[in-house]
Amino acid sequence: MSEEKKIKGKIQKVAGPLVVAGGMRGARMYDVVQVGPQSLIGEIVELSGDTASIQVYEETSGLTAGQEVVSTGEPLSLSLGPGMLNTIYDGIQRPLEKIREESGAFIARGVKVTALDEEKKWDFKPAAAVGEAVAEGDIIGTVQETEIIEHKVMVPPGVSGKIKSIESGEHTAVETIAVVSRADGEDYQVSMTQRWPIRTPRPVAKKMVPSTPLITGQRVIDTFFPIAKGGTGAVPGPFGSGKTVVQQQLAKWSDADVIVYIGCGERGNEMTDVLLEFPELEDPNTGKPLLQRTVLIANTSNMPVAAREASIYTGMTIAEYYRDMGYSVALMADSTSRWAEALREMSGRLEEMPGDEGYPAYLGSRTAQFYERAGMVKTLGSEGRAGSLTAIGAVSPPGGDLSEPVTQNTLSVVKVFWGLDEKLAYSRHYPSINWLTSYSLYSEQLSGFYQEKAGDGWSEARQEAMGILQDEASLEEVVRLVGLEALSKQEQLLMHVAKMIREDYLQQNAFDEVDTFTSLSKQYRMLKAILHFYHTGKEKLTRVDFEMSDLMGLEILGEIAQSKFIAEQGMEDKFDQLEKSISSKIDGLEGEAVEIIQESEPAQAEA
Amino acid sequence: MLKEYKTTREVTGPLMVVENVEGVSYDELVEVEVPGGEKRRGKVLEIDGNTAVVQMFEGTQGLNVSDTKVRFQGDVLKLPVSGDLLGRTFSGAGRPIDGQPEIIPDEERDINGSSINPAARAYPDDFIQTGISTIDGMNTLVLGQKLPIFSGAGLPHSVLAAQIARQATVPSANKSGQEGIEFAIVFAAMGITFEEAEFFRADFTNRGAIERSVLFINLADDPAVERIATPRMALTAAEYLAFTKNMHVLVIMTDMTKYAEALREISSARKEVPGRRGYPGYLYSDLSTIYERAGRLKGEEGSITQLPILSMPEDDKTHPIPDLTGYITEGQIVLGRDLHQRGIYPPVNVLGSLSRLMPKGIGEGKTREDHSGVANQLFAAYARGQEVRELAVILGEGALSATDKKYLEFTARFENEFVKQGDTVNRTIEETLTIGWKLLSILPASELKRVKPEQIEKYTKAVETALV
Repeated sequence: MSEEKKIKGKIQKVAGPLVVAGGMRGARMYDVVQVGPQSLIGEIVELSGDTASIQVYEETSGLTAGQEVVSTGEPLSLSLGPGMLNTIYDGIQRPLEKIREESGAFIARGVKVTALDEEKKWDFKPAAAVGEAVAEGDIIGTVQETEIIEHKVMVPPGVSGKIKSIESGEHTAVETIAVVSRADGEDYQVSMTQRWPIRTPRPVAKKMVPSTPLITGQRVIDTFFPIAKGGTGAVPGPFGSGKTVVQQQLAKWSDADVIVYIGCGERGNEMTDVLLEFPELEDPNTGKPLLQRTVLIANTSNMPVAAREASIYTGMTIAEYYRDMGYSVALMADSTSRWAEALREMSGRLEEMPGDEGYPAYLGSRTAQFYERAGMVKTLGSEGRAGSLTAIGAVSPPGGDLSEPVTQNTLSVVKVFWGLDEKLAYSRHYPSINWLTSYSLYSEQLSGFYQEKAGDGWSEARQEAMGILQDEASLEEVVRLVGLEALSKQEQLLMHVAKMIREDYLQQNAFDEVDTFTSLSKQYRMLKAILHFYHTGKEKLTRVDFEMSDLMGLEILGEIAQSKFIAEQGMEDKFDQLEKSISSKIDGLEGEAVEIIQESEPAQAEA
Repeated sequence: MLKEYKTTREVTGPLMVVENVEGVSYDELVEVEVPGGEKRRGKVLEIDGNTAVVQMFEGTQGLNVSDTKVRFQGDVLKLPVSGDLLGRTFSGAGRPIDGQPEIIPDEERDINGSSINPAARAYPDDFIQTGISTIDGMNTLVLGQKLPIFSGAGLPHSVLAAQIARQATVPSANKSGQEGIEFAIVFAAMGITFEEAEFFRADFTNRGAIERSVLFINLADDPAVERIATPRMALTAAEYLAFTKNMHVLVIMTDMTKYAEALREISSARKEVPGRRGYPGYLYSDLSTIYERAGRLKGEEGSITQLPILSMPEDDKTHPIPDLTGYITEGQIVLGRDLHQRGIYPPVNVLGSLSRLMPKGIGEGKTREDHSGVANQLFAAYARGQEVRELAVILGEGALSATDKKYLEFTARFENEFVKQGDTVNRTIEETLTIGWKLLSILPASELKRVKPEQIEKYTKAVETALV
């Protein structure tokens, strides 16, 4: 708001991150305020008469009753512009590298840094001419933000008119590069930077139904529980089950254009890991360092709790901004439980009536609002670009108990559920996504895409494999009671093939150079090889009663197990060969086996 | 001149409410004079207008409403630090209790510290050899990690922690003529018994490590609220030693459960809305401000490695304290009661244990090329072995397949040869891996899917020749 109308109040109460100030009449909900002599940043979360309750984004120690609180008259907003990629921010978009330059290895309070580098010059290439009519969301030019991402400079929402002037060449992100004269005759100065409040979704022209998958290179996800571009997913699991590794694998290998990775209330070292590793890793699609397409938000567990609450909105707003340019964006939030706990902590301090397990009653609606900001959209702008925002949230249920409120509220809105299993993690089966409890509501609508890209038999193969795994689960109970030997040979074969699917296909080593990413076509070939083994073996059993131990002793089983390490290049030939030798090796079992006389056991042969 | 207030209105549990105060700031240090002259300390927990809620560090016994004198110190609680800290013993509230005078400080530091900027951290990836197979081989500790021991009443967690402190070395620092690393030890005792604390002190003294140690002792009969400050004091000392004096510091904190209980006590005295099992909703944030003070910094020599110990009530890992701890720390070492009862020391339940920093701390150039394969294979085989063992109970051993019988043998020998080792046995990582290969060779080669075929060849042969 304007300078003369600044609202100033005085601190009345301080309790942890919550400050109550008096004399704040006229201030608005969610406006940003500066608290105390160090101008700590805070946000108004409750108004009552003259007093405002403020959540402060920095440590509050040293604040005294009577100190001044000044409202900025603006809700918590971000500066959206070139320079965000390749940067690590805290929960309220302050670049951590800059903070480090200012205050050293430990974060000091009241550090003032700008979100974007306002000195750096960008080479602006106009895409619109003087006199052209532009509407909100139209692209008026571009700058090359990193080697792989071209930043599109858009007319901010709510602005339209005729371009009065536009300048090419070197400019900083905050300089005026174009002037739009609006219908009412006023001029609007456009720079490369837009301000946008984090709690308001950025507008789009239309939401659409997602239709293409986000390819992640993770076999269990792509094959069995795919997520669509523009879809929503959740990864709940107890600690140690590998949530973070799953999230990081998705950030590394998924085929989105831009990745926003939010470390929300998690470990400091995990963010360091990402920071050190991503510059080293190559994007499989472009060959350039992964960090060039990544924005990192780190509000680790020991950083102020209120900023943690804001961090997921900060990430979401940045993701929406890149989506508006027409990119496919994937957002990972690790972990949304920490965000919910921050909500609970602030709610407790506000002395609100608690809902389930002390969480505020509005937890469900906030969660739903957050995930609803994802989607496949037609963006603003006259050419109607298609953009997508995929949101994947990790959930950390206390004690691994999925009935707790955060998990339940999340599951009621997301479409994909990757349930991590502690038991699988114990035996080092990673990714420890449980194939019996997980689900994806996108499988049907994406199957067309898979048929086309991976192979004709994809859907059948996928269904058959899943069927085998489900049969295994029911047979396992029988085995537990009477032992494996009591099963028929067909069933024993099925049990063995199920084990192969689990160990040779679903298990994937994130730390192995080749195994960390598997293309769709290789996934299909791997699965087909295992099923080929099953079919050939089963067919053989109808004719020949070979010993199961002979089948299990075949060296070809080792080769199938090692097929995950076959390099992508030239893999088709290798799999052709593999299938051939599977056929011949199983065929070879004949000599050692006893032929069944058809008449004596017809029932078995038909079974 | 500091103002002195005699306006105490209320004393509840560890809290006191002082009225008509002026200019008091949040988190400020408070000195309270008990009738009779004894001085105690506390901090401001909440300001509401001209009322301040003060949390006492040293208990409220003997305070009264009319004569207690309260002085606000105008500053937060600070710990005087200097190189003289080493070799000294302090109370849980930071006062010397070894009969020697206060140290001469280089500086005074806020015990709450500040959060480390994630962009300033260096990723911990230097292997620490603890000499314990279950840790080195399967749940590797690295320099700058926070790895808690999840234990239960009556389990030998103290013996294990002392053994780690005694045996820990960093092999990479020993190579190429460097001096190697000798750890400084910061020990924080919270609510443990005199005997347990004495066990650590005697262990440090006996091996001459006491000159490189700083002890903060809050015993079970000391005021519970003092425990809130104890780990923060210890970590402030550790940060000074690590990042100002360039030392490698091993911080042992025991028992974190007692710490959390003290936190609950204050929370309930403040009548806050409780979270799970009565613990405050901010337990996670609070614990993280302790655990996240471990780590390494870019361009700094020193490091802080944390080994917190916590006793799980009823051995329940889903209890809020171990649960929230596990979400913050980089893994956990879980002790198993069944192993302990079978006389196996250290009773590390490897399947429930985990080291998140292991993948980057091991392998060629750090430990050995086959390390990750062997570890994964041992995990998988032992997990399978446990299932077979359950099966054998139902069906009888005779009904098992030949392979399953091998698994049964593997599991028994794994517990007796790999897990079990005396509290004075110090195994190198090579020895640990050799035992691993020896045990894996019990199983048919076709079962070894997690190790590379060429390594099976190379290392099982090596084991055979070693045995001859």
